Amino acid sequence: MSPSDLLPALPFIIVSVWAILLLLFDLFISNKGITAILAAAGVAAALVAVIARLGSYQVAFNGMIVADSFSDYLQIVILATALLGIAVAYDYLRRMNMERGEYYTLMLFTVSGMLLMSLAGDLILVFLAIELLSLPLYVLSGFARPEKSSEEAAMKYFILGAFSSAFLVYGIALIFGSTGTTNMAGVAQSIAGDQADPTLMIIAVPMLLVGLGFKVAAVPFHMWTPDVYEGAPSAAVAFMSVGAKVAGFAALLRIFVAALPELAPAWGPVVIAVSAATMIWGNVAAIAQSNIKRMLAYSSIAHAGYILMALAAASDPTVADKAVSAALFYLFAYLFSNLGAWAVVLAMERSKGGGLRIEDYAGLGRRRPALALAMAIFMLSLIGVPPTAGFIGKFLVFGVTIEAGLIGLAIVGVVTTLISAYYYLRVVVMMYMRTGEPESRSEGWLNRTVGLTALATFLLGVLPGPILILAGSSGFITP
Amino acid sequence: MIPGVSMTHILILSGVLFTLGTLGVLIRRNAIVMFMSIELMLNASNLAFVGFARSMGALSGQVFVFFVIAVAAAEVAVGLALIVAVYRSRSSIDVDRVSDLKG
Repeated sequence: MSPSDLLPALPFIIVSVWAILLLLFDLFISNKGITAILAAAGVAAALVAVIARLGSYQVAFNGMIVADSFSDYLQIVILATALLGIAVAYDYLRRMNMERGEYYTLMLFTVSGMLLMSLAGDLILVFLAIELLSLPLYVLSGFARPEKSSEEAAMKYFILGAFSSAFLVYGIALIFGSTGTTNMAGVAQSIAGDQADPTLMIIAVPMLLVGLGFKVAAVPFHMWTPDVYEGAPSAAVAFMSVGAKVAGFAALLRIFVAALPELAPAWGPVVIAVSAATMIWGNVAAIAQSNIKRMLAYSSIAHAGYILMALAAASDPTVADKAVSAALFYLFAYLFSNLGAWAVVLAMERSKGGGLRIEDYAGLGRRRPALALAMAIFMLSLIGVPPTAGFIGKFLVFGVTIEAGLIGLAIVGVVTTLISAYYYLRVVVMMYMRTGEPESRSEGWLNRTVGLTALATFLLGVLPGPILILAGSSGFITP
Repeated sequence: MIPGVSMTHILILSGVLFTLGTLGVLIRRNAIVMFMSIELMLNASNLAFVGFARSMGALSGQVFVFFVIAVAAAEVAVGLALIVAVYRSRSSIDVDRVSDLKG
């Protein structure tokens, strides 16, 4: 290791060192609001470090860490999610009587895992990163302890999460046996040179898909999602519904597009099937939900399906770069629309799980016009109605899917989008066309987050240019 | 190195352990036993790593085992704490009885 190795990993190092220091400082801070601000400062410093190195390509630690434009882009998304996640938690934790400094340190630890995931150039590092991001998330899900539902969510998430990582690590072991290396570039070379044992590969690749499919909540590995999203504290869900998905897709895209491109004829059809099943089941099951947290959980499953559609398109090597760019833009759009929608849920939530039924939103358009307008923008963006960020995201993903020749998959995508309009618009109808006396909170940081995400969702739809260029130049993944 | 033990033997043993672990998670309903089964799955992959490292003469596979062991230890710390918390509030760790969340 040379000191220059540290530079590409600087954002990760900043966040993880800051998390350890904050764990210590927190003992001496009685006002936990200061802990939140310090945590946000650490994240902001990491964001500066990412932006400072934007555009350069560096490999460090003998290929363990690959910092390219793909990882830069994902790190920006992850750090933006973290900042918004801290902002929504600030008032929520105080109001729900669970303001403890550990919340922010745990968030920093999981953010460091997510950053490491986007930098990982070696399969064993993917496994370490997934554990580093998951273990704090298990604890965050149980943060509302001694609330029973929160404990249950944490236990379910933990058992299924650990179960899925066992599949991932076994898949990695078999790839190591097949190719003699866990380095992604080495794996790609070994397969291209016909030196890999195909029998082991046939078992290993589906195992990787199972392990990472759990993390991004793809059908049939989605069972934990509704329960965890419903039981865990909403502020933690707002953060992890975006952060864990971005990190999961960072690993999926890098492994499948950069390390296993030669096997695309084998994994392509599987990803197509998983993507179609995820879109169909996520959207259909969301219709039946009366609890907004469960509805958004199924909605997040459905969105995993749309991003998987881009991965399926990436199995065609001629459009792989474009497909990855589409997935990257989609993740940015999803960040603002989904986190914004969760921020509105946070504003409506009362203690003891009150204010979470969709009927509780009746009359919000009259009582809180700005909040209702923001929620309407998020819902329209999640459907994919222009002029919102979601529309551009869906447009790119569907476009590249058709370009890859997967017309059937694109049709499934369009039909399920139409189905999704039903349950998203139900919230809008409830807010504007039903009368009711909704109770909502007006808290500084929560309002600012809702405003900012609504503005970003709208602006990304009207002026997607800069992010499109950034995503477009980040589509090529170096193994 | 024990003569007569080939890579195939090691791989079969590790596959059997992994399958037993998977079945344990799917069939048993006690959270602790499910957790033990997950540990069995992790150790099955450790065995595969060591076996491959031996047959290829590559040290890296043995180093990965340390990573996996460290991660498994961290998982024990978090997992047992969560299970203890659930036991305290419900006096049961049967996962079928811990199921208020559904819909």
